[in-house]
Formats: sequence, structure tokens, C-alpha cells
Amino acid sequence: MNDRTLEVRNLNVTIRTDRREVRPVNDVSLDVLAGSIVGIVGESGCGKSMTARAVMGLLPYSGKVDGGTVRLCGREITALPEKERRKLRGSEISMIFQEPMTSLNPVIKVGKQVEETIRLHTECSREEAKEKTLAMFREVEIPEAETRYHCYPHQLSGGLRQRVMIAMAMVCKPKLLIADEPTTALDVTVEAQILNLLEHLRDAGTSVLIISHNLGVIARVCDYVYVMYAGRIVEQAATEVLFGRPTHPYTRGLFRSVNSLREGSATLETIPGVVPNLFRLPAGCSFSLRCGQCGANCEKNMPELLETEPDHRVRCFLTEKEDAE
Amino acid sequence: MSEYLLEARELTKEFPAAGKKTVHAVSGVSLQIRKGETLGLVGESGCGKSTLGRLLIRTLQPTSGEVLFRGQSVTRMKDSEFKPLRKEMQLVFQDPYASLDPRMTVRDLVAEPIETWKLYGSREEVTERVRELLRAVGVPEEFLHRYPHQFSGGQRQRIGIARAIAANPSFIVCDEPVSALDVSVQNQILNLLKELKETRDLTYLFISHDLSVVRYLADRVCVMFLGKICEIGPTEEVYEHPRHPYTRFLLDAVPVPDPAARGKQIHLLKGEAPSPADPPSGCRFRTRCPYATERCAEEEPALQEEDGVRAACHCAGKW
Repeated sequence: MNDRTLEVRNLNVTIRTDRREVRPVNDVSLDVLAGSIVGIVGESGCGKSMTARAVMGLLPYSGKVDGGTVRLCGREITALPEKERRKLRGSEISMIFQEPMTSLNPVIKVGKQVEETIRLHTECSREEAKEKTLAMFREVEIPEAETRYHCYPHQLSGGLRQRVMIAMAMVCKPKLLIADEPTTALDVTVEAQILNLLEHLRDAGTSVLIISHNLGVIARVCDYVYVMYAGRIVEQAATEVLFGRPTHPYTRGLFRSVNSLREGSATLETIPGVVPNLFRLPAGCSFSLRCGQCGANCEKNMPELLETEPDHRVRCFLTEKEDAE
Repeated sequence: MSEYLLEARELTKEFPAAGKKTVHAVSGVSLQIRKGETLGLVGESGCGKSTLGRLLIRTLQPTSGEVLFRGQSVTRMKDSEFKPLRKEMQLVFQDPYASLDPRMTVRDLVAEPIETWKLYGSREEVTERVRELLRAVGVPEEFLHRYPHQFSGGQRQRIGIARAIAANPSFIVCDEPVSALDVSVQNQILNLLKELKETRDLTYLFISHDLSVVRYLADRVCVMFLGKICEIGPTEEVYEHPRHPYTRFLLDAVPVPDPAARGKQIHLLKGEAPSPADPPSGCRFRTRCPYATERCAEEEPALQEEDGVRAACHCAGKW
């Protein structure tokens, strides 16, 4: 039996630009175990959304997967023809996005949009599809489901739109739900509701991959976390382990930034500099330019993602050294 | 001379909406801001916080009520009378991608307010002043002739701040200035705003939906719900002992970056905020409030002061 819903191995994504090719996703391997919520955390441009889109088969035109495998419940999907991929999307694997307004069609009633997904993937009558849609609306806690069914997206609040998106994503009972910054555009009180809902979905058997820049969101719902920086995974561990012992200098910097704000220190901790441009990555470790502990080796070579303790991997020479000593 | 730099008296702003409805964006808000303090303004989207910010600096005119700056009513001034005061009140915007003209160089962007107010005579003097401002906000001077698209979000926000402080204002409305930025960069900008406040004797109205950011910067905090003030008082007091149930819910909803805190979030607000075009009778929060009584539907609670905190709730602190 395979208990991995998603298994990504050594995934590379390249994007052609006018100037040359860049690699926003570089040698990324990750697993989503059945019935778990896994998070990818990182700042803008770190490749977290691109990873998700590669898994979905929704890369932009100029982008392509050039290496690695993606297995969904044991089945390799990157090599599938587009027609087959399309069948998977919405039925086996679904995605919700940050901005629920731009991902819904503004001129079609939301109920019809959810129905469309059902009728595309299953043989069923209009009546059955409507029944299923309404049942799904209730499941994602949309109040007055009958009335909302006939609403257009602009008539709904941001929170309700995101619920409609989730209903649409979940209506064919996919095995994996990818949520790309699902609560970033929402108010905190609504965010808390949506996070609860994602937990309910997980408990009902769907595996969830959440992409977020918000460590609070990650801590709140994830079982396992991957930290990405400049296209690579730099640290991975179970949530409690990562939050208890963040090890990569970048992860530690992120935690220090967030915690100094919460604790109200006189001067806030920051990570100096900015995320490097993918066209001008340093020769060695991508974080070397901003790292306070950067050594000569760091500037020349890329460290590997190695275990520092069981199931806690870090991409840093400093932790390797500690092992040697 | 008034003891306050800025004072709002019963400010109300209504916008006409489709179907002869009226959106009550801001309803009867009174508040005072002392010179040198930072007032944080928090609330969810649509609660009127940005509208209030714009009313205070007269980029919007209120439907009724007035704004006093240094004791003078700016609301009733003629444009010509107000003009010298515009310099005193500036705005930093949320989106550093949309608020800078993509066809202007950094030099011209930052020089624009200086030239508008004719603060310096010659072009050389203006450029020198621009260099000085860029140094103050941490943008390398050699980038003087670059365009906005060549900068990261954090650097663009620094340029936006340089524009805001160019004419030596005394009051700045910061409207979600770090919401579009990554965590590590967000802190750089917050440090900068704090430093500028001290070195340049500024007073801030800091609008944000991020409660931890407001806690860090604000001396006092004002919580708004549907166009009205729920609670206003010293930041620590409000965060530690919220008197209004909405403040409690807002604070509890913030996800804490600590997995051990899971499951501790007992207070979770149900439902959605009512529409500002059709606010409920009595207390505007009552439809979402688990403690609401009949009195809340009939009688609108007024702001009551206790220990320096004013809260608008019939059972303030007793729920």
C-alpha cells in the first residue's frame, strides 16, 4: 500500500525568457502523506507557487518541467499527455488560489460554476449535479446555500468566494488539494474559519498542500513543513521540530523576524538584503549573500540537503560541520 | 494652541451606492492624535479605516463633522487656505508597485513634492536634497536615475516614504505600508518608519490589518468595526485587556507562529460582517456577537471611558 498521496522527486522547472533560461524550481523533492497537511513556506519568488503549478500541470507557456518525477498515489503524471492531465485536474488533484475573485468567472452564477466541474468529470444529470453542489456548499459551511447558488461572484464576500472555490475544488473528492496562499487576501477572522475548514477536509481524508508566506498559518494547520529559498528546499521537518529547532540560517532569520515583532523588541530583527534575482544567483549557496555566518566554502559550493536528525533535513555547510566535529 | 495635533469631531462619510442605497463608510467618529504619537488603526476590510485616514488629511471631504489640525478646522477651509497645510500631511500607500509613476526616475519621483512646494531654488539644490532623502530612507544614491521597475518591493516602499517626507510634513498617514512585503523586508521598513518618526519629529496614523505590526509601532490603538470605533486606548492595555468583544475576537483569530498554541483558539467569530450599506440597528457588531442582548439591538452603545480606554459596548469588559 502506498501511503503517499504526492511524491515529488528531483523536480526541475525552467522558464525561458528573452535573455536566457532561469530555474525557479531546482531539485525539489517532497512528499504529502495521505491524510496530512503539508506546507511550503518561503518569500515571494522562492519557487513555492511554481512548484505547485508544476504539480498541477499548469505552468505558464514559457515554463517546462525538465527533470524529475511527480507521482500522484503512485502514478507518474509529468509524462502524461495533456488530455490525461486535464482529466486529473479537478477530479484527482485540485487547486485553490490566493485571489478568489479573479479565479471565478464573473458572469456565471457560482452554483453553475461548481456544477460544471461535476458534469465535466462524472456522468450525471443536471438535477444530480445541482444536488451535489448544494451538498458541497453545505459541507464548506456556506450559509443559505440555495440562495448563494444563484449568486454571481461579485455578490459574495471574499470569505464566501474562497468557500465557493474550495467547494469547486472538493466536489469531485480529489485525493490532493493544493492551496496557494488560500487566506492571504482574507481578514483574520475569516482566515481562521477557512483554516478550520481545511482541517475538516484533511480529517475527511483529503491530503492538503498549503503554500504560504505566513508562519502563523503554517504553525496553525501543517503537519510537515518545507522551507524554500531561491528555488530550492533549504530545510524540512515536522512542524513541531521545525518551529522548535529551526536550523538553516534563513529559517532562523525568518523566525527571528517574526518573533522580534511579536515580542516588541526595540529594533526589529531583519534579514539583510533582498531575495536574489534568479538571473544572478551566487555561485555557491543561494543564501550566502545574506547569511551572517557565510564562509569561503559557502561562496563556492552548494550544500546538500542532509539530515541533521531523523527526518529533519537542512541545506547548510554549518550544520554539516557540526556533525563532523 | 490645542493640545492635539489632529482632532476628528463626529466625522461621517457616506457614499452613494447602487439602488439608492447609502454606504455608511465612517459614522460619527471622534478621535484625537497628540503630537509625536502613533495611533494604530485596525479593523477588517470594509470597516472604513482607509476612508477615515483619507478624511483626516482632507483627500476626502466628510459628509458631516470636521477635522481640526493644530486647532484649526481644515474641513471648512478654502482650497487656497488649505494649500500650505497639505505639505504638513502626507500619505504612504500600501502598494509600492501602483503608487510610483513607472515612467519617472527616482530623482524625479522624490523631487516632485520638493518642486511642487518650491522648497529649493536651483535644480542642483533639489537633486542634493533628493540624495539626502534617499540616504535617509536607505536607497543607494547611485540609483538616482533608475526607474521603479528596477527596484524590489521593499526599495519601492522606501522611495514612497522618501516622497512622503520630502516636504517635511508633521503628520503621515501610513495606509498598510508593509502589507505587500515579505516578512524579512517588512521589518526593515518598520524599523525605518520608527527611526524617521524619532529623527524627524513625525506623528503617524498607522492603518493596518496586521495586529502584531500595530502592536509594535502604535502608542495607542483604535479598533473599528463597520464605520464606528469599538475601542480606543493605549496599545498594551487594549491588547492585554480588550473591553469590546470584537477586539477579543480579532486578537484571537491571528494565527500564532507556534504549533503548541494549536487548539487554544477558543474564540472564533462566526459568519460574515454585515454590509455597510445596511448596518444592523443598535450596536453594529451585535449580529456577530455571542453576548448580544435585546438592549444591543435597540440602543446604540456610546464610547465609555474606563482606565484610559474608551469602548462602545453595553457590557464592556463584563462579557
